[in-house]
Amino acid sequence: MTLDWTHAAPSMLAAFLASLVEFVEAMTIVLAVGAVRGWRGALGGTGLALLVLLGLVMAFGPALAEIPQDWVQLGVGTLLLLFGMRWLRKAILRSAGILPLHDESAAYANEIGAQRRRGGIGRGWDAVAVATSFKITMLEGIEVVFIVIAVGAAAPGLLLPAAIGALAALLLVIALGLALHRPVATIPENTLKFVVGILLSAFGTFWVGEGMRLHWPGADLSLLALNAGFLAAAFLAAKLSRRV
Amino acid sequence: MRWLAAIGRELLGMFVDDGRDSVAILGWLAAMWLLSRQNLPSPLVPALLFAGLACILVESAARRARKGRAR
Repeated sequence: MTLDWTHAAPSMLAAFLASLVEFVEAMTIVLAVGAVRGWRGALGGTGLALLVLLGLVMAFGPALAEIPQDWVQLGVGTLLLLFGMRWLRKAILRSAGILPLHDESAAYANEIGAQRRRGGIGRGWDAVAVATSFKITMLEGIEVVFIVIAVGAAAPGLLLPAAIGALAALLLVIALGLALHRPVATIPENTLKFVVGILLSAFGTFWVGEGMRLHWPGADLSLLALNAGFLAAAFLAAKLSRRV
Repeated sequence: MRWLAAIGRELLGMFVDDGRDSVAILGWLAAMWLLSRQNLPSPLVPALLFAGLACILVESAARRARKGRAR
């Protein structure tokens, strides 16, 4: 099977960057849970959630192939637009100083405090540690599952590159967690969200157009123009927001 | 049932932040779908599709900025 890199590369990149942001946020909480309540429960809850998420990708990804492609492109494109433009708007407002930046160190300190206040750490499997790690990994991971399925299901052969992108992000975050034993506070999270928001908005617009059977000038290359267009719109929005 | 409602809220929250934006995006897509059924010149509807979405993004950010930093 030949891979269309015009779509595969942005799919992989979008899945990688979005997953990186989500997994870093999940790792912050898992590290705090592990440091206070023990690693057995923290890693057990995380592993369980990752299995459920993998099951969701394997169930819903191929199932979408049974639906007519126009419908999938229209539906997935619409959801990608809603999701991507929400991320992009938030990143714009954070870059303009309207919303506060996400602070991993503060989130870690808050979670350490919350876990200590709960007390009652027993031997063996700690139910609070399992539940907290499971919940945060599911909450952040469900967005990763959506992105992988959405950018992977709109055209044949894209699910694998998107899944590889997400898996690479997961492995990178695990490696960073093992090496640092503290939250990754230096990652430029808002810049990543800005870039992912642009990529997903461009993808969403393109797939909606394909679903409506519009003829994009330059065919697949119009994806590049859409990315440039959303980048320009985002810069304009940030500039206007700063002036207010 | 509370956990089911919580999951529903989380899923909805993935796509809807500002209800007005979501309605504007869905309305614009519906309008473009109707236009795509007409025999308009080829690049017009794709260009309108993007331009409308870009305007919604810029207006939404500027509107939120005007509300200030308090929220």
